[in-house]
Amino acid sequence: MAEPKLRIRDVTVAFRTRRGGEVVAIDRLSLDVADCQIVSIVGPSGCGKSTLLRLVAGLVPPSSGEIWLDGHQVTDPGADRGMVFQSYTLFPWLTVQGNVEFGPRLRGVPESERRAVAGRYIQMVGLTGFEHAYPKELSGGMMQRVAIARALANDPEVLLMDEPFGALDAQTRAFMGELLLDIWQKSPKTILFVTHDIDEALFLGDRVYVMTARPGRFRAEVSLSLPRPRTLEVTTSEEFVGAKRRVLAMIREETAKIMGAGAAAGS
Amino acid sequence: MPRAGPAGVTVSLAQPRAERRRRASWALFAYLRPQEPVPRRVYLGTVTGSAVGLVALWCLLSYGGVVEPLFLPSPTAIIAAGLDLARDGTLVQDMRASLAVIVTGWALAAVLAVPIGILMGSFKVVEALVEPVIDFVRYLPVSAMIPLLILYVGIGTAEKVAVIFIGTFFQLVLLVADVAAHVPHEQLDVSYTLGASPAQVVGRVLLPATLPGVMDTLRITMGWAWTYLIVAEIVSADRGLGYLILNSMRGLFTDRIFVGLVVIGGLGLAFDLTFKWLHRRLLPWSPKA
Repeated sequence: MAEPKLRIRDVTVAFRTRRGGEVVAIDRLSLDVADCQIVSIVGPSGCGKSTLLRLVAGLVPPSSGEIWLDGHQVTDPGADRGMVFQSYTLFPWLTVQGNVEFGPRLRGVPESERRAVAGRYIQMVGLTGFEHAYPKELSGGMMQRVAIARALANDPEVLLMDEPFGALDAQTRAFMGELLLDIWQKSPKTILFVTHDIDEALFLGDRVYVMTARPGRFRAEVSLSLPRPRTLEVTTSEEFVGAKRRVLAMIREETAKIMGAGAAAGS
Repeated sequence: MPRAGPAGVTVSLAQPRAERRRRASWALFAYLRPQEPVPRRVYLGTVTGSAVGLVALWCLLSYGGVVEPLFLPSPTAIIAAGLDLARDGTLVQDMRASLAVIVTGWALAAVLAVPIGILMGSFKVVEALVEPVIDFVRYLPVSAMIPLLILYVGIGTAEKVAVIFIGTFFQLVLLVADVAAHVPHEQLDVSYTLGASPAQVVGRVLLPATLPGVMDTLRITMGWAWTYLIVAEIVSADRGLGYLILNSMRGLFTDRIFVGLVVIGGLGLAFDLTFKWLHRRLLPWSPKA
């Protein structure tokens, strides 16, 4: 196998609590992601999956371990790792176009070029005609589409997505999944996709990692050989349903650990 | 369902009344439910009714001779007194004096408090540096400091400007700091992942993000400034709207007191509306606009 695009090596993240204790959010976790692969990460809430993305983004320093992207060690945030958050993070004072242009503008890309780049990505997420709208005029799904366009306009090496469709209703969510795959098909990117929605994880990912309850580790990897381009039909295929059943069982066990209910029944 | 025949006729006649009753009771129910919107017509009608009712009550009490003019002058008496004061120029002079004081004191406070507040809300170090002082001073009533201010700067305009400055500055700092501290953290995080440096995050994200909140804060503290102005003018002044009120009381010119109150209320309302208008004009993107 060629050198992976992204290497996460034995990374641990520990937070110090106010009372002087220590909480290990992520425990000696390793992950390799090949170029233009989509890796989904699922796990019970509070398992550290968001922390994992923030680590790669450089927003949280690892307590130990290393993260390498394209042979460079990650030490702080940078434009090569774009991120889409679950909460709406568009800048309300900028129009759709202003938001999408934000990254290129920071880098000093000349206006005409910026405009062209923004236009291309706005079209890609299907929002042509809304260039001059302010975020307050958009629906939740539209805002997340702009957020994706804004991240892509920087042409990052890795796209980090932290439950980007988590706040959307089920129909919009399914549509956004298809849209994301459609964009990926047109201009492939390495994507790390965190979600608690198993369908979404399996539908999008080449590989799905299931995380344990805190301290977060990978419990299992589920590789899917679903053909691409995928449509929502694959979600009813035998392979998909089987994988879903396995992942569901694992997450249920992990959640039970947190709730304490599984303590007696399980181990 | 069969519709023909006498039964059908009865039903079609009876139903609208029942329907109307049902709707009326539903509407009443809806008006009494918390946070439920009411039709615009009903809303405006109630607003008008309230205002007209107040004026009617006033007319009844004053013209009807229920309350003595010494305590509650009639509307015509107040209008006449207002015209008198306007004609001899004292009203304009008092308005001008008060406005000069209020705008100067408030603007000085705003110019200093907004940047300090933003720094305090954004940087924990600044917060630690500034908060102990401000938390102490803001609980000191401004009126309690007036004697000290008179000792320091005398009883001229400077003293009144200082009262307004002290009255608004410390509150403004804390309110603005709160606005800055509530800029969604993820908006800053996303800026870093788009390649922004810390300085760019402050200049291009944090500052614009605070604008609607700062605008609102300025509007609210302008309202408070009026309170402090009157306090300052009642203590020591030779002109101004507070002085007008106090001086009228000495001569038992109740109608002039009311003129002063109406003018203060009108100016306050005008400032409030101007701020709201500016908010819509300058920050069309703001969710509050």
